[in-house]
Amino acid sequence: MRARLLLPLALFLVLVGFLALGLRLDPREVPSPLVDKPAPAFSLEQLHQPGARIAAADMKGQVWLLNVWASWCVSCREEHPLLVELGKAKVVPIVGLNYKDRREDALAWLERLGNPYAVSAMDADGRVGIDYGVYGVPETYLIDRDGTIRFKQIGPVTPKVLQDSILPLVKKLRG
Amino acid sequence: MMARLLMALWLAAAPWAWAADTAQPAAADPALEKRVMALSAELRCLVCQNQSLADSHADLAIDLRNQVRELLAAGKSEAEVKAFMTARYGDFVLYRPPVKSTTVLLWVGPFVLLLVAVAALFVHLARRRRADAQTAEILSGEDAQRARQLLEG
Repeated sequence: MRARLLLPLALFLVLVGFLALGLRLDPREVPSPLVDKPAPAFSLEQLHQPGARIAAADMKGQVWLLNVWASWCVSCREEHPLLVELGKAKVVPIVGLNYKDRREDALAWLERLGNPYAVSAMDADGRVGIDYGVYGVPETYLIDRDGTIRFKQIGPVTPKVLQDSILPLVKKLRG
Repeated sequence: MMARLLMALWLAAAPWAWAADTAQPAAADPALEKRVMALSAELRCLVCQNQSLADSHADLAIDLRNQVRELLAAGKSEAEVKAFMTARYGDFVLYRPPVKSTTVLLWVGPFVLLLVAVAALFVHLARRRRADAQTAEILSGEDAQRARQLLEG
């Protein structure tokens, strides 16, 4: 009889457990199917040198970061100082994918906040973004020597993500 | 009063103005446009997650809808367009995810819950029947007669 009285309480606790778990999950973090798949090929005009191009294939043989950013993107500001620092430290080359932006806006933004990118590609119509499954800028991909995506960060890169995930993985991929 | 009237008029007109502002570069072919919209309704907008691509006005949704239109116009089938989207955004873009090991719970879960509930109901009913039978046995013969007398006064 007593066990039966406790049943609603037990069910309630299970429900609370599920809800607590639900609160911790971020529905915006959609797992990317691209991790451990080849990075989609692209060849785009460079931001700083109109006419010159940058392709994913140009980075073959290197471990590199592809950072999707835009001057209109508010959260990009949040991660930018960290990227500038990382760029200065020359730990890993960062290629910028300037997503649906205008050249003059993008250049002014980098002028003001610093340019961490080895090179920036201009994805004005967002096509390459779609190929990479971008749905919320900023996004960052870690790509290995063979051109395989090894890690994807959705949203700003935080010092924690950099220390705990990206840098150890860079080290490992370099072997 | 006048200002209020104007305000009401403005509010009434605003949705139309807005719709005109964000109108899509519709395909010239209405049959194709119909396919685009039908397929977009099956795909989730990644930015505003509880809307379909067909309903959403988010920039990315517009881009993806254009992509759908382009792929269909290029002669791709609905299944090929869905494959294009899932290759980039995962099963999450599909409002009806495929049945596979990670989604089995999603598909079968409700039926399992239903079975459990029906089973619980049967157990409960069987128990009650047994309990009833027991009480009937307890009051047998004279006792039952006395009880009836007492109840009927």
